[in-house]
Amino acid sequence: MRLNVPISVAGWGRFFTRWDVVAVLLVLGLLVFLAEASRHLLQPLAELQREPVSLDPANLPEYAARTTLRMLIAMALSLLFTFTYATLAAKNKQAERLLVPLLDILQSVPILGFISITVVFFMALAPGRVLGAEFAAIFAIFTSQAWNMAFSFYQSLRTVPTELVEASRNFRLSPWMSFWRVDVPFAMPQLIWNMMMSMSGSWFFVVASEAISVGNTTITLPGVGSYIALAIEHQDLTAVGYAIATMLIVILIYDQLLFRPLVAWADRFRFEQEPGMQPPHSWVLDVLRRSRLVDRLTRPFASFWRRLLIARWSKGAEPVKRKAPTRHGWITFQWAAIVTAVVAVALWQVARFVIQDITLSDAATVLLLGLATLSRIVVLIALASVIWVPIGVWVGTRPRVANLVQPIAQFLAAFPANLLFPIAVSAIVVLKLNPNIWLSPLMILGTQWYILFNVVAGAGAIPAELRAVGANFRVRGWLWWRRIALPAVLPYYVTGAITASGGSWNASIVAEVASWGNEHLEAQGLGAYIARQTEAGDFHRIVLGIAAMSLFVVLINRTFWRPLYLYAERKFRLG
Amino acid sequence: MSTALLDIHALRQTFPKADGGELLVLDGVELELNQGQIVGLLGRTGSGKSTLLRLIAGLARPSDGTITYLGQPVVAPAPGIAMVFQGFALFPWLTVLENVQLGLEALGLPEAEIRKRALAGIDLIGLDGYESAYPRELSGGMRQRVGFARALVVHPNILLMDEPFSALDVLTAETLRTDFLELWGDGRLPIKGVILVTHNIEEAVLMCDRILLFSSNPGRIIREIAVDLKQPRNRLDPQFHELVENIYAAMTARTPTPPRIGTTAGTVATSIDTILPRVSANLLSGLLEALAAQPYNGKADLPVIADELHMEGDELFPVSDALQILHLVEIEGGDIKLTETGKQFVEAATDDRKKIFQRQLLSYVPLAAHIRRVLQERTNHVAPKSRFFDELEDHMSTDDAEATLRSVTAWARYAEAFAYDDDSQTFSLENPT
Repeated sequence: MRLNVPISVAGWGRFFTRWDVVAVLLVLGLLVFLAEASRHLLQPLAELQREPVSLDPANLPEYAARTTLRMLIAMALSLLFTFTYATLAAKNKQAERLLVPLLDILQSVPILGFISITVVFFMALAPGRVLGAEFAAIFAIFTSQAWNMAFSFYQSLRTVPTELVEASRNFRLSPWMSFWRVDVPFAMPQLIWNMMMSMSGSWFFVVASEAISVGNTTITLPGVGSYIALAIEHQDLTAVGYAIATMLIVILIYDQLLFRPLVAWADRFRFEQEPGMQPPHSWVLDVLRRSRLVDRLTRPFASFWRRLLIARWSKGAEPVKRKAPTRHGWITFQWAAIVTAVVAVALWQVARFVIQDITLSDAATVLLLGLATLSRIVVLIALASVIWVPIGVWVGTRPRVANLVQPIAQFLAAFPANLLFPIAVSAIVVLKLNPNIWLSPLMILGTQWYILFNVVAGAGAIPAELRAVGANFRVRGWLWWRRIALPAVLPYYVTGAITASGGSWNASIVAEVASWGNEHLEAQGLGAYIARQTEAGDFHRIVLGIAAMSLFVVLINRTFWRPLYLYAERKFRLG
Repeated sequence: MSTALLDIHALRQTFPKADGGELLVLDGVELELNQGQIVGLLGRTGSGKSTLLRLIAGLARPSDGTITYLGQPVVAPAPGIAMVFQGFALFPWLTVLENVQLGLEALGLPEAEIRKRALAGIDLIGLDGYESAYPRELSGGMRQRVGFARALVVHPNILLMDEPFSALDVLTAETLRTDFLELWGDGRLPIKGVILVTHNIEEAVLMCDRILLFSSNPGRIIREIAVDLKQPRNRLDPQFHELVENIYAAMTARTPTPPRIGTTAGTVATSIDTILPRVSANLLSGLLEALAAQPYNGKADLPVIADELHMEGDELFPVSDALQILHLVEIEGGDIKLTETGKQFVEAATDDRKKIFQRQLLSYVPLAAHIRRVLQERTNHVAPKSRFFDELEDHMSTDDAEATLRSVTAWARYAEAFAYDDDSQTFSLENPT
């Protein structure tokens, strides 16, 4: 299955609408607010006890359990967020205008830069300090999971077939019932796919969020992430190996116990069934389905759930509104008032912040560093494309190979770049390489796989007839690539490349600064800037860096990826 | 007090247009549904008959006028009005039984009652043994039976049917119709009245007690036809045949009123605002050739040639309309006849056909002439599509504007009158050399 586009591609139109401006202001305002609050809260943190983490592999099962629990709690929160935020955006026209651009901006904010701010904030909020750190870590993982799930759910809700909606209204299903009977089932397959992607992606942030240093304070939560951090600090290669093995086992376990059964179960929600597709299987699901014990245990819940569904939360159907000609007044008064007020506050926060603390030279530095990181990403995406598109097409046109490669690529996508730092740093030091160039590949390590996934899916989707035509007319070599393969996979490739490029920006915060024991390497770039300011605990410059990076991401999405996606979608969409 | 189940008075529906104006879809609709009747809404695509059905179902509200169901105005989906959908609208993730139970669950009935009624409905409609199947495992005919069962188990007073047989093959559709009429005739259905939307003339005559004939753009009731034939009706009955023929004649008659802005075909294209039917040049020459050949020799009965070509009225009308707009045929009283030019066209070879087609296109389709004139006036002979699209959108819906531009583009390409490049979305006089 193909990922959905991770950015809003609502239409051609202008690059920025007034709602984008509102969204940018709101996000910026929130950032500044958190940073301001955190700066004052930093003091008491200094007393925090460091939780001892040991490199003894016997501790790893416990660490793994703790880390997985954090990821699962974050996943539950992400689902809650998805069901509320995306539903509101899809069902309420007024809310949609603001919520969709807001989501678009939110997901371009680099989470890794954001962690330091939220850690301080949550620790101050929580009664016990460790609990606060836990909150912060879970929140960081949540922000790495939630956005694409919400986007997927929103897009699914928008495409529920009209007749199904009409049928559910004709049979007078309550909104509550039609949400669970119509909307959620329809969105389920895409949503589960995105949950898997989110889970993979969040490993990266687990490693970063369990061991954080802000200013003079170091916060360590027992988990695989902090184990890895400690192993890197101690230059212990064996421990890094243990960590990698643990990760692999954990990924295998939740894949078998959680996602496989989910995927197999959700197969019935697929709206159109492609003929010849093998329905996915899961032994866990088979066991659960056949077991009498499970059946007896779950029956009361199922019955309760059914009764909950039938419960009428509101009396009768709401009167339908008449179709009035579009009013030019875009929104009702109260809504306008609320939005205006919040935007005014955000504007005031941002303005005060900019005037007080940002000098012109700061802004220029950040801009230049951003360009440095941008050029790295452009080169890396180009390189990854040159490598992975041909391989992806080769794999995708051979279903048996594709079945083998997909799970491997999925594991590699979950693999946090930090784990390769030992090798990269040692190699750079020993060979006396330029870190400005040779640290860069770490940025794309985890994200390049999205290009491979999508190209494989795209090549698999080339109709057999088209390939037969190619063979029949003996279209071969470069002509075959130019006329058949590349056009057919372009929409898929673009979708993957958008994800890869967005992820690489985020990864630059970790990848442009790498250390292995006492060896510290740093490349010139915006990611390194944010990392350095985090270490220094300079909240203003952190916000400046994050804002600049978000701006770069949004601008590139709007001016490059979105037009390219729409073009590919229009011209090369098969069927 | 009237005993009508449903009463519609002075109903009007408009949709907002891109330029802020209004597009009239339904106008002055009066309808009464009495106990024990099947009323048919018959019209072409764009006659607003499906829109009317959705208004009755309470899925939307009319811009003006009233819909009264059992003395109460319809302002939301009403209990007692159930619908059968063209595309079945079954939930693929629910089994047959669960699909049928859905409406009952929404009523908040006790679980035992839900089950009892659902199983009774499944039994009635002939779905026994399929209870645990998923819709994707069923054939189209069986799927629509689920659609019927789902609607019937809620014991509605009025059953709304939106072209329920049009997605099925001919044989399956016929079986389903017969089964339905039999149950209805025996009084075994828990419903009091039926409204059937269809574009299939024979289906309407076969099933309905009363047929309301709709004009297009906007939809108005142009004729009301009572069908007094006894059930079961026989297609070979001369009276049946006569009724079908009369309806064909009425549906192809030139509009008695002078053409208005945005009026669709059935008449002639009088200005660039005419909505053009979406028909390929191939189909046009195909019908002309069939007309010219034996046994018609240039003149045919519309229902006869439709039957011969295995086309339903809704498929044939756009083709005959397009030919009429181009003055290649004349249509009168349910007959279609080749014009002199039409005859010349059939006899000519490919290149000459194109010349004839170009002449007719530029003389009788003002939009084509307009685009060509604009292209000639411009120094580089290129004009963007949006220029004409915006012009059309002032007078018709976005979809119609898109369809009309596509038609004129397809015809102009065949006639080599002008070219269109989809990448740059521009019209030009240049043909690739």
